Amino acid sequence: MCLSIPARVDKIIGDTATCTVGESSYDASLALISNENVKVGDYVLIHTGFAIQKLDTEEANQTLQTFEEFKALNIEMDKEEKDQNSRLI
Amino acid sequence: MKYIDEYRNKGMVQYYAGQIKNISTKHIRLMEVCGGHTMSIQKFGLPYLLPETIELVSGPGCPVCVTSREYIDRAVAYSRRDDVIITTYGDLIRVPGSTSTLEKEKASGADIRIVYSILDAMLIAKKNRRKKVVFLGIGFETTAPSSAAGIIKAQTAALNNFLVYSAHKVMPPAMETLIDEGVNIDGYIGPGHVSTITGQGIYMNIPKKYNMGVVISGFEPVDLMQSIYMLVQQIEDNDPKVEIQYTRVVKPEGNIIAQQMLDEVFEYRDDWWRGLGILKNSGLKINKKYESYDAEKMIEVEVEPTIEPKGCICGLILKGEKKPKDCGLFGSTCTPSDPVGACMVSSEGACQAYYLYNR
Repeated sequence: MCLSIPARVDKIIGDTATCTVGESSYDASLALISNENVKVGDYVLIHTGFAIQKLDTEEANQTLQTFEEFKALNIEMDKEEKDQNSRLI
Repeated sequence: MKYIDEYRNKGMVQYYAGQIKNISTKHIRLMEVCGGHTMSIQKFGLPYLLPETIELVSGPGCPVCVTSREYIDRAVAYSRRDDVIITTYGDLIRVPGSTSTLEKEKASGADIRIVYSILDAMLIAKKNRRKKVVFLGIGFETTAPSSAAGIIKAQTAALNNFLVYSAHKVMPPAMETLIDEGVNIDGYIGPGHVSTITGQGIYMNIPKKYNMGVVISGFEPVDLMQSIYMLVQQIEDNDPKVEIQYTRVVKPEGNIIAQQMLDEVFEYRDDWWRGLGILKNSGLKINKKYESYDAEKMIEVEVEPTIEPKGCICGLILKGEKKPKDCGLFGSTCTPSDPVGACMVSSEGACQAYYLYNR
């Protein structure tokens, strides 16, 4: 129910943003984040037709700062999954 | 970066699994109170990555699951009127009422339409001026602001045949009641999108009054593992507090505009939750200023007496006291295609999550 999806803003007309969600496009209302100065290219979180928050790129990157460190481990796990033909995670 | 795949990084999940194992000594139970978390945890098999010291339990985090049969019965009664079109999120359509469902009523000819947004329901109202278009407003703090925004917009546009039947609820009273009732938990995985709206303030009472931590979490496996790690650390250090793991979305103060819209349109009322009973100030009712948009106020119907299903332990599951597999109906008489209780109907109910991923 509280499912919300990150979507990229492609176009803004008035308080409606045309967003890309996966492979499709959706018109979301910006009424709930009208104070956020949303621009084309930003990512927003969409819930029941409304953008409820703009995603914070800096914070997103910080959570993932150790991402690179796991590259080798990921490649190893991908190979193991392929060899065993089953998912590890 | 698309803000999804990165947070499914296997290496990071493994890393946190190792870190959690390293620091965990106490036997603890952590409760998630968001249906989205329930789904993710089962889908990605996270319980199997955790040491035996840590147990995850699901709480009352699925709005469809905690809603009363009486609510469905009243919606069914509205749908039987010739002058009403019901608009609803898909989540509710198959939820059993006492003797019927919205799906059955639709099959018998009632005008019931599934919408993704209240804005779609308002378009239907605009095109059907002679009918009363009733939108079933269900959901926690994440969803309630869109209902508020819709009602305000309806008033501005003088869309007078549009009404909302509110079952909106707020999370904190349920979280506190569970602790008051002595449900055995040691920390909360806080709901990420509820908190996007409310901010972290609504949980401050929990560490203060109950000495228990809350970590507001995202929904991908890396998010959840990191949140569990943060909770374990709090518990091991005996330092309960409210923390935000989901910082890319949740601001400490939340979404102020959404909060203002909630205040503008709704007022609190005591509301009934499956498994928990009536909780003080836990429901959102449309206030006097907007009462001409309140279906309960504006459309009179006779509602059939409520009948609860026999053998269903949905209520205990929602309190984290039982698991879906403890129910005699689970997987036999109760399945997603032929559900008895709401926890099996909803795509984020604990029973459906267990049925799909952990049977």
